[in-house]
Amino acid sequence: MTNTEPNNTQQAESSANRSLPIVENFTRRAVVKGGFATLGAAAFVAAVSPLRQAAKSTTAVEFMQQHYTELSPEQKADVIARLEAETKEKYGADVTIADDRPIPGTKFVYAINLSVCNGNGKCVEACHKENNHDRSTNQSYIRVIEMPKGTMDMEKGSTTYSGIVPKDDKFYLPVQCQQCDEPPCVEVCPVKATWKEEDGIVVVDYNWCIGCRYCEAACPYHARRFNWKQPEVPSEELNPDQSYLSNRVRPVGVVEKCTYCLHRTRRGKLPACLEACPTGARVFGNILDKNSNIRWILENKRVYILKEELGTKPAFFYYFD
Amino acid sequence: MSSIHVKQTAITSYPKFIGRALWLATEGSFAFYAWMTVLTAVFLVGANAWANQVAGGMITTNMTDHVSWGLYIANFTFCVGLAAGGVMMVIPAYLYDDEEMHKVVIIGEAVAIAAIVMCTLSVVVDLGRPDRFWHLIPGIGKFNWPMSMLTWDVIVLNGYLLINLHVVGYLLYMRYLGRKPNGWWYLPFVFLSIFWAISIHTVTAFLYCGLGGRPFWNSALLAPRFLASAFVSGPAFIILVMRVLRVTTGYTAPASPARTLIQIIRVAMTINLLMLVSEIFTVLYTGSAHAAPLNYLFFGDHGKNGLVPWIWTAIGMNIVGTALFFTPAALERSHIRILACLLVIIGIWIEKGMGLIVPGFIPSTLHEIVEYAPSLLEWKVVAGIWGLGLIILTLSLKLIVNVFTGRMHTDEPTT
Repeated sequence: MTNTEPNNTQQAESSANRSLPIVENFTRRAVVKGGFATLGAAAFVAAVSPLRQAAKSTTAVEFMQQHYTELSPEQKADVIARLEAETKEKYGADVTIADDRPIPGTKFVYAINLSVCNGNGKCVEACHKENNHDRSTNQSYIRVIEMPKGTMDMEKGSTTYSGIVPKDDKFYLPVQCQQCDEPPCVEVCPVKATWKEEDGIVVVDYNWCIGCRYCEAACPYHARRFNWKQPEVPSEELNPDQSYLSNRVRPVGVVEKCTYCLHRTRRGKLPACLEACPTGARVFGNILDKNSNIRWILENKRVYILKEELGTKPAFFYYFD
Repeated sequence: MSSIHVKQTAITSYPKFIGRALWLATEGSFAFYAWMTVLTAVFLVGANAWANQVAGGMITTNMTDHVSWGLYIANFTFCVGLAAGGVMMVIPAYLYDDEEMHKVVIIGEAVAIAAIVMCTLSVVVDLGRPDRFWHLIPGIGKFNWPMSMLTWDVIVLNGYLLINLHVVGYLLYMRYLGRKPNGWWYLPFVFLSIFWAISIHTVTAFLYCGLGGRPFWNSALLAPRFLASAFVSGPAFIILVMRVLRVTTGYTAPASPARTLIQIIRVAMTINLLMLVSEIFTVLYTGSAHAAPLNYLFFGDHGKNGLVPWIWTAIGMNIVGTALFFTPAALERSHIRILACLLVIIGIWIEKGMGLIVPGFIPSTLHEIVEYAPSLLEWKVVAGIWGLGLIILTLSLKLIVNVFTGRMHTDEPTT
C-alpha cells in the first residue's frame, strides 16, 4: 500500500472528489474487518462464559462490601445475616455467626510441652472439625512433625508418620500459627486483608482477601491455607457456633488461618485443639494475667521459640520439663 | 506555532492518529492474518481455561498450600525481566547519544509495553478472587503501601507502562506529523524510564528476597541476578524481533545497534553466570539452611527430582547460548546469532521462572517435600497470555513500521 491511499474514515467520507473504487475498497475492508472483530468478540464471550457460573455465587452486595474495619454496626449485622442465609442455602445448616471482639487487657499466648506431647494427632482432628475445614482435603491448621531425638532441625522430621505413637527415639512437634508480634504475613498483604488484633490474634477478612497468596509465601511456619475449592462439609457435621473472623465457612479463593479459636477463647473457653489433647501438653492463656498458668510456665520452664532467628516474635512457645 | 495552538490540534488529531494507526496496523498480507488468527485462537483457549479456573476454583491448577505459587508467577517474573531489558537499549541510545540506536529503541519500548501487559495478566490469573481486584486500587480499595512489596510492584509496573506508552506514542505521533520531536516532551521520560526499568526488576526481586522464611530467595544477590538476566533476555528478544521485522517488512536498522546489543548480552550473561556460580558455591560449600532447596533443584532430594531436568536444560542452554554469543559470527546477521538468542531466552525463562519460584517452596517451611508440575490448564492460561502479548506486540510493531517507512503520515499540512 502506498501512502497516497486514504484509509481514514472521515477523509473517505468527506472527500467527495476521491475516486469511487478506493472508497468501495475501503468500505469492503471495513465490512470484512468489522465482521472479524464481531466474530472475535463473540468467540471471546463464548470462551469466558464459565465466568457466568462464578458470577452467580457472588451477589452485587457482596462485591461492594467494604473492609471489616470500616463496616458500621448496621452494615455488619446485614453482612452477618446474609452470610447465615447463604450457609443455610448452600449447606442446609442453621448457624450463628457472631462478631467476637478482643477482651481489653488480654494478650493470648500458647505453649506446648514437648516432653509430654506424644504425637497422637487429636489436636489436628479437633481443629479440622471445629473450624469447618473442607472434608475431602482433610484440612487442618495444625501439622505435627515427628522428630528424631537429638535435633531441632525440621529437615530431619516427618509429617507423614504412621504407626503406634510415641516411638522411643522420636519426639513430636505440633506447629500452627504462631500469632507473631512481627507477622511477615500481615506486612506483605497488598490490601490489608489480614491484621493483628489487640489480643494478639492475627485474623483474615475472608470477604476482603483477593487470594494472591503472598502471605502464604511469607509465613515461615506454614500456618496459612488457601481455599483451592469451595469447602465441602455435610450439614450435620457443620459447627454452627461461628464467628465472622474465625470458623465461619470460608469462600473459595481466599486465605485462612488459625485464630486461636477466637470464637471460643474470646468467650472465655479454651481452643478446641487444647480441649482435645489427651496428654495435657497444651497450655493456653492470657500472658497479661500475672497469676495465669502460662505466665508461670514461661517464667520457670526452659522455653524454645520456633525459628527465633527470623525475628517474627511468636506468641507461641515450646517448653520442656 | 504557539503552544496553545499545538495543544488544540493535538486534542483532535492524536485520537485520529490512534484510530488510523489501529486501522493500518490491522492491514496486511495473508501470512499476517494467519499469524493473527493463530494468536487469537491461542488467546481464546487461554481465556477459556482461566474462566474455568475462576468457575471451578484454583483446585484446577496443580498448586497446593505447599507450593502456593507456580507457573503464573514464574511467567510474571520472566516478563518483568523482558520489560526491564527491553528498555536497556535506551541507555546507549540516549546516554551516549548514539543516533543509530533510535530505530531499535522504539522496538525495545514496544516489547516493554507488551511485556508489562503480560506481567499484569500473569498476576491477575493467579488471584483467587479476581472479582475483588478493585481492593488493590488506591483510594477506593485498601492499598498496603509502603509495607507490602506487592503494592510497590503495582505502582512501578503501571508507571512503567504509562511512561513507555507516552514515549512511544509521542515519538511516533511526531514522525507521523512530520515534525521533529521536542526534547522537553520526551527526553525527561526517557531518562526516567531508565531508572524505572531498573526499579521494576529490583522491586520484583524484593518481593521474594524480603521473605525471611524462604532461604532460597532470601539472598542479597537476587536483585542483581534479576537485572543481569534481564539485560540478556531483553536484548536477545529485541534481536529476534528485529530479524522477524527485516524478513517480513524489510524494516532494517543499521548493523551497529545489534552489535551494541550483543556486547550488552556478553557482559550481562557473564555476570549472570558468575553470580550463579557464586551463589551455588556459597550455599553448597557451607551447607547452610539455604542448601536444601538448591540441592532439590539441582540434584533432587529424597528421591524427588521434578525440577532437575528443568534446571539442567536451562543451564545447558545458557552456557551454550553464551558461548555462541562470544563467537565472531554472533556479531553478524547469522543463524548463530538467532540460535544464541533463542537458547538464552528459553534458558532464562526456565531459570528465572520455574527454577526460581518453585524451589522457594521446596522444601516447605516445615521441610516437607511436595512437588509441583503445572497442570494443562495452567499451560493453557500462560499460552493465552503470550498470545495476547504477541498480538499487542505485532500491532505495535506494524504501527512503528508504518510510521517509520512513511506509509502512515498526516494529510494535514505541517508547519
